[in-house]
Amino acid sequence: MSRRWDLAETKLREFHRALHASADGEAFEVVNPRGAHAVACGIKAAIDVTVHGSVGYYCAGMHQRGTVLVEGNAGTGLAENIMSGTVQITGSATMSVAATGCGGLVIVGGNAGARCGISMKGVDIVVGGNVGHMSAFMAQAGRLVVCGDAAADLGDSIYEAQIFVRGDVESLGADCVEKEMRPSHLEALQRLLDSAAPASDGVKAADFRRYGSARSLYNFHIDDVDAAAAALQEASEVESWRRTIEDVDAAFAARAASRHISDEPDASELTDIDAQPEADDAAEPESLEAGR
Amino acid sequence: MCGIVGLFCKTDTHRHELGQLTAVMLREMRDRGPDSAGFAVYDDGAGNTRITVLAEGLELQWPPIAAALENVLGAEVTVRSVSDHAVFSTAGDGRAARQWIIENVAGVSVLSYGTRIELYKAVGDPDRVAERYDLASRSGTHALAHTRMATESAITTNGSHPFVTGADTCLVHNGSLSNHNQLRRLLEDQGESFQTDNDSEVAAGYLAWRLRSGETISEALQAALNDLDGFYTFAVGVADGFAILRDPIACKPAVVAETDDWVAMSSEYRAIARLPGAADAEVWEPEPARVYVWSLAS
Repeated sequence: MSRRWDLAETKLREFHRALHASADGEAFEVVNPRGAHAVACGIKAAIDVTVHGSVGYYCAGMHQRGTVLVEGNAGTGLAENIMSGTVQITGSATMSVAATGCGGLVIVGGNAGARCGISMKGVDIVVGGNVGHMSAFMAQAGRLVVCGDAAADLGDSIYEAQIFVRGDVESLGADCVEKEMRPSHLEALQRLLDSAAPASDGVKAADFRRYGSARSLYNFHIDDVDAAAAALQEASEVESWRRTIEDVDAAFAARAASRHISDEPDASELTDIDAQPEADDAAEPESLEAGR
Repeated sequence: MCGIVGLFCKTDTHRHELGQLTAVMLREMRDRGPDSAGFAVYDDGAGNTRITVLAEGLELQWPPIAAALENVLGAEVTVRSVSDHAVFSTAGDGRAARQWIIENVAGVSVLSYGTRIELYKAVGDPDRVAERYDLASRSGTHALAHTRMATESAITTNGSHPFVTGADTCLVHNGSLSNHNQLRRLLEDQGESFQTDNDSEVAAGYLAWRLRSGETISEALQAALNDLDGFYTFAVGVADGFAILRDPIACKPAVVAETDDWVAMSSEYRAIARLPGAADAEVWEPEPARVYVWSLAS
């Protein structure tokens, strides 16, 4: 028996209170999300949440164990730092899908924007469409599977994550190379694709190419010693500039103190922030980083 | 941070309620930019050039200024005041009128000029800015609005968006430019004049300069990709259209939705979610470094 929440009538915070107090096996339906941020964040129980409509930033962030299905699109940071469980959307997602995700499965039915899987640490991501530029940037572990195309600089500075792309790759980032698709990879990829239906319905592992780290950034190369020396030299020059600036700052501060100049802002510079009403959801802690 | 919204009516269906729908979108972006807000509305135009000016904190008598301007332009000038803004209307040369007001009316800023555009901005809660200048009652073909969280220059009305430096060309910006001082000097050499130290005004001036040299808005924005350094999502209004550009890194968010009747863009989907027909709209994220243009003609 699922509980239904209409976010046009109920505050998001109330829904989240119920969500975080829920026990394994419970189910929730959400209607009218209207692009709200941080919907279904911080789930820790094995519950099912279905959201009918598009969500804003950080949907299902820090997710554990349960399943979240969004019938619509998602904004920045879908399933950010997911630990386990499944997050699936039927539409497209914008930037930074499953950023820093440590485990679990994230499925995007449509396209994912830039930096999909940035710094992923063990999560599996399956994208039915394309991914944007710099996807799997600094990806450490886990698998990014792209059924469509990948935009520029795929896998830049990648560690031990695996990338599989069925379509075209615009360009590979630094230290990312194509690798042989061995039978064990084919087998594991097919299992992953089968678990990500319908986003990957009928998609065959044999149609994919595999990409990963050339591991050439892992160690210092003696060939680079001249460049390193130049960088050190520059750093020491920057340091001396910094000290000069600090001296000038100190001199100004001393002079200001001797003249009793106050640091208090002029009253006319204080805006009427206190007089302004708070936005409805201004107190929602989950929207702190929204859209910088 | 800042919030951007833009709404472009492809058909007549929503033109009568353009202002009201834009106000709804602006409200959703309020907490992205609580410092200040502004909006530009493009209407069908009555032929005359309108010049919207800001006289913040001044007690000015507008009719004598209109009379003086009339002498300079050699054409009739009428004026009406809207709170601390005023709108001049004339068949004379709008660019000359803008320049004359900047040089001769102390403390007054020219916010816009053109045959279709009117532009209002103020410091404070975006909802109250919309109310003070009666955004909700306005009709027209397209509108842009902005909520500002200041980073590059002070929280002042003149630092608020949108920015206009050319006829009917206005720009709202989420981001920050890093080469705006150099670019401002180059543009001043080319005859552009600026009224603030704001980076976004330079971007508006850059586009105005390109357009005046005969380029289309699409060509001007394509060139901007090479000449502007920094982070940006721009929404740009021109007399007959509406355009979007994001920088190649695309850190600043943007989402677009399109139906048979309208195209809407915003920093976040929640501004679009409240529009009529949004549930069935085609929704997508504009690609980095790609110019998007919609125009009334097409």
